[in-house]
Amino acid sequence: MAIRVQAEAFDPGAEVNAMHAANVGVGAVVSFVGYVRDFNDGREVSGMFLEHYPGMTEKALTQIATEAEQRWPLLKLEVLHRIGVLEPGEPIVFVAAASAHRQAAFDACAFVMDYLKTRAPFWKKENTPEGPRWVEGRGSDHAAADRWK
Amino acid sequence: MSINVLFFARYAEAVGFDSLEMEGDFATVDTVRLALAADPEFAVLNEPSLMCARNEELCSLDEPLVDGDEVAFFPPVTGG
Repeated sequence: MAIRVQAEAFDPGAEVNAMHAANVGVGAVVSFVGYVRDFNDGREVSGMFLEHYPGMTEKALTQIATEAEQRWPLLKLEVLHRIGVLEPGEPIVFVAAASAHRQAAFDACAFVMDYLKTRAPFWKKENTPEGPRWVEGRGSDHAAADRWK
Repeated sequence: MSINVLFFARYAEAVGFDSLEMEGDFATVDTVRLALAADPEFAVLNEPSLMCARNEELCSLDEPLVDGDEVAFFPPVTGG
């Protein structure tokens, strides 16, 4: 597995292509890209700051990815999350799972995102016309994570 | 015993700093939380949605502590 937490931008297309490069046993790659939106919860968003808990972030993502690898027969799994300052339209998170057949890749990708949303120590602070504000956690994220229990 | 306490995001802003060292007897993470929350400056630690970690792993408030542990308090995570 590959876990990356970085301030630098990344190219989701290049990441997807790298998932099956040099492994012709890969029959399926499922990827998820999360982007910064320019509007959230009734306010325009001109950018955001991603705070995290250095050390725990990498550990939490590794635990989530390890659990996915134990549950599904994956050939490759990548989790990439950005930190620091982000602009609307920029990719913020990338998860991709590669497997021989599609279902394992679909399920593993959804599982990693649902767990990341509720267990990885990241916090978004949005810039709005009324000033900066912390994004509040959503109950629906926990419902999504609970379906994997 | 000595416990290193960390705060993140909105909690760090609410208390005005992001870490402090505590000396005393703390059986669990909640013992630390209650000792701090007795001071109105740390009222944010009474929020029902509070999350916590011991040594960089999510835990529950009844998690036992040993000398030298790192305890973190933070609001619900919002990554992804």
